[in-house]
Amino acid sequence: MTLLELDNVTAWYGPVQVLDGVSLSVPDNGAVGILGANGAGKTTTLRAISGAVRTGGRITYDGRDIRGLHPEQVAKLGIAHVPEGRGTLGQLTVRENLRVGAYLRKDRKAVAEDLDYCLELFPNLKDRISSSASALSGGEQQMLAVARAFMARPRLLLLDEASLGLAPSTAKAVYEAIRRLRLESGIAMLIVEQNANLAFTLVDSAIVLETGRNVLSGSSAELKGMDEIRRAYLGG
Amino acid sequence: MDTFIQLVIDGLALGSVYAALALAIVLVNQSTGLINFSQGAMAVLSAYFAYVLIGWGFPTILAILGSIVVSFLLGAIVERLLIRRFEGGDPDTAVVVTIGLLTLFTGIAGWIWGYNNRQFPSLFPLETVDILGAVVSVRSIGTTLTIVGIMVVLQLLFQGTKLGLALRAVAINPSSAAYSGLPVGRLLMIGWGLAAALGAVAGALVAPALTLTPGMMDTALVYALAAVIIGGLNSPLGAVVAAWGIGVLENLAAVYVPFIGYDLKIAVPFIILFVVLLVRPQGLFGRKVVVRV
Ligand SMILES: Nc1ncnc2c1ncn2[C@@H]1O[C@H](COP(=O)(O)OP(=O)(O)OP(=O)(O)O)[C@@H](O)[C@H]1O
Ligand SMILES: [Mg+2]
Repeated sequence: MTLLELDNVTAWYGPVQVLDGVSLSVPDNGAVGILGANGAGKTTTLRAISGAVRTGGRITYDGRDIRGLHPEQVAKLGIAHVPEGRGTLGQLTVRENLRVGAYLRKDRKAVAEDLDYCLELFPNLKDRISSSASALSGGEQQMLAVARAFMARPRLLLLDEASLGLAPSTAKAVYEAIRRLRLESGIAMLIVEQNANLAFTLVDSAIVLETGRNVLSGSSAELKGMDEIRRAYLGG
Repeated sequence: MDTFIQLVIDGLALGSVYAALALAIVLVNQSTGLINFSQGAMAVLSAYFAYVLIGWGFPTILAILGSIVVSFLLGAIVERLLIRRFEGGDPDTAVVVTIGLLTLFTGIAGWIWGYNNRQFPSLFPLETVDILGAVVSVRSIGTTLTIVGIMVVLQLLFQGTKLGLALRAVAINPSSAAYSGLPVGRLLMIGWGLAAALGAVAGALVAPALTLTPGMMDTALVYALAAVIIGGLNSPLGAVVAAWGIGVLENLAAVYVPFIGYDLKIAVPFIILFVVLLVRPQGLFGRKVVVRV
């Protein structure tokens, strides 16, 4: 079953058109990557799904058209978005950030259980639970951003460059935790990543964007075999 | 000594009025990043609402509660219909808009109710009590305690409730908060509504002493802004402490520093302001933020 489908999606910042027909689909429990150079429109594609930019085309989620909804309505439908730059609420504590993540939920007991799960998944956060988020390291903030998104118990997670600005070993650890999260929770994921090596540890398939439209798509194995992908994104 | 105690407690009461307005300014700044220069004028309108209700025969306390409710709605509507268009845009434009509102609201009050001074009943009895030999008015004590109560309630709201957490989250990063499903627009309306409700309290506290006029809050607004800057824009406690400090020092200086007297005492908060900003540019209690005024 397809959970999310983008069909010829366009997007604008004011009068400037940035997406020029992006199509992709994410199956239930699947993980799909979006690759592409700087400025290709990866972040904008995720913003289009969340309703944070003006869009055209068709965006179908769980069988209904969600194009034109506001970000908070999209969140209500079970889509969590870890934005580029993490979106951490700096002056709030780690615990408060996680509580914001669970804002829409009423099941207090399950929320408490999920909080424990997050702290087990990201032990670094456990020691810092009462410190303000701005005092965390970059890697810890990224973990917090992912944990906060998970606290909403989404069906689909949009993840924008979780490796941005992190040391390679930290980035690897973050992706390892996300992979475990995927296996244990079955949350579907749409993952933007510049570092294709990292992305391929997680996704089943991917699309490649160039100046606002997809130019390639395929399974991870197919893409890894292609020369142009190797040259452009896998370092030779 | 007894004069001193009397001056301090009256100063606290005076400072409490500035504090109510300062808290409202901090609240708006915390939830939208703006300085609302029309906060004082909105408080004047609130006081006139209460005045009208009293005229209709409501008891003072009910009239004030009624004006608090109406003011909440007024604040929320102003945010929704006007300020919303300027949020996320150029903050300088938004500040000019709030200055425009200051003129507009003052004008509306003058147009409807005229510029004559009107008597406004005090919530507190006009009696005095004896504290350590000093004669202190019950009104001063009541005014100060009211602000302490409001501060406690605000603290509980922001630190202890889901609504308070949501208001803070939206203030820090609205677009990120929206990704967690927080209703950003509604929370901003609530922030402005709460600020206007606080302003209504300030209006009701100051009106009995100054009598009700459209310009009643002009000086208080200037002092409240000074308190907000001294206390740190993002610290409710700082704003209240600074406002009390201003009220007390203003009173003491007028009596004990001969050349200041009653004419120059308006300068007192600004002398404090300059000294504090020289030593701590982020204010006494504040964290560093870029203030664009
Ligand atoms: N807020 C904005 N206003 C105007 N143009 C924007 C805005 N954000 C992005 N753009 C433009 O839209 C295009 C796509 O940007 P986007 O952020 O989606 O790229 P990206 O693939 O995520 O790049 P990166 O890998 O650098 O994050 C770029 O040309 C960018 O300059
Ligand atoms: Mg990007």
